[in-house]
Amino acid sequence: MSHEHGNDTPHREHSHVPPDPALRVQALESLLTRKGLVDPGALETIIDTYANRVGPRNGARVVARSWANPDYRQWLLDDATAAIAHLGYEGRQGEHMVALENTDSVHNLVVCTLCSCYPWTVLGIPPGWYKSEAYRARAVREPRAVLEEFGVRLDDEVEVRLWDSTAEIRYLVIPQRPAGTHGWTEEALATLVTRDSMVGTGLALTPEQAGDAP
Amino acid sequence: MNGAHDLGGMHGFGPVPDKDDAHPHPEWYDRAMALTVATAAWGRWNIDASRRAREAMHPAKYLTLTYYERWIDALERLMVETDLLTEEELRSGEPADGSFTPPVDAEGARSALRRGGPTERKVDTPPRFRVGDRIRTINRHPAGHTRLPRYARGQGGIVLRHHGAHVFPDTNAHFQGEQPGHLYTVQFPARALWGPDAAAKDTVMLDLWEAYLHAD
Repeated sequence: MSHEHGNDTPHREHSHVPPDPALRVQALESLLTRKGLVDPGALETIIDTYANRVGPRNGARVVARSWANPDYRQWLLDDATAAIAHLGYEGRQGEHMVALENTDSVHNLVVCTLCSCYPWTVLGIPPGWYKSEAYRARAVREPRAVLEEFGVRLDDEVEVRLWDSTAEIRYLVIPQRPAGTHGWTEEALATLVTRDSMVGTGLALTPEQAGDAP
Repeated sequence: MNGAHDLGGMHGFGPVPDKDDAHPHPEWYDRAMALTVATAAWGRWNIDASRRAREAMHPAKYLTLTYYERWIDALERLMVETDLLTEEELRSGEPADGSFTPPVDAEGARSALRRGGPTERKVDTPPRFRVGDRIRTINRHPAGHTRLPRYARGQGGIVLRHHGAHVFPDTNAHFQGEQPGHLYTVQFPARALWGPDAAAKDTVMLDLWEAYLHAD
């Protein structure tokens, strides 16, 4: 260690530490509410919406219906925005939806290399890994390696279609329906649909993985 | 702009972190998100301007800040740029003037979230390309905001889908108007973009405005 700065200048070292982001956000919130630029009730509504009301259970319901109902599945593939709105999910970051169907020969994977575009109406706020530099940098160049990290190993015969969300179109992957679920209700099927399976970094759970058959 | 945000293809970041979401996120992430969404209701900027502000920082700073720190940093700058805040208020934390009325309350925020911000627009010009057409992306490196990533410039692909006309981020981000243009999903062979290490079967899809494309 260099002693160039000696031990008497800890404040100089300290001044290079970036401000605590939690304190910075708190200061900004206080300033904005006192100035009348934001309403505290609006903030609580927004937080509550994405903590408790809008999340991957919405998307799971869409996927489960598409598994159970061929007409709905076709509608979802033809006009995802309308088919999803039909179940009550619409609005911010879901204005223009496209559904992508996984099959025996095609696996779809979604990324946003430039920022963090994600279908909020059906999946909620994206998880940290989706927004990470590693995922954004690598999914587009080596999707199969990324999928293996997530525990998804694809046959060489399967085509990986990688969707980089560069505009306001938001993508929902329809994972393949697991075997052994014939006759299941939509509610039961929805319990097999994970968030990752709707981004493409996972597959739907099998009844064994889910742990309980209905 | 060729900023640090244009991450597609970069090496060196290691494995994808926290794949099992084992760590609960700090509460201030939610508050940063909510502040960003609530202030957008002023209508003084748009989603493209927000992205432009998040990109407009030194690459080293971009890669050092965490995700929501970028949001907050950009939000503060946008609010100064659009005269909702002054530098002095940000420095002191004290409002110089408390006479504003928030554009949305709890109910207003709920309806704004449900309404969203559709970007499709009616235009008179017919689309230049049809599904199945071969196109090539332009090779341009604008200093301003753009949604054509570096890895996909000067590349040949096929039009997979036409989405109608959408607000053009390259102008909208700089408050130069929506200038809606036809938007297409274009499919590129992964090998054309990434070379022989990519799987021969794999393809990469991007949503690209007509201004980014010419016939090939």
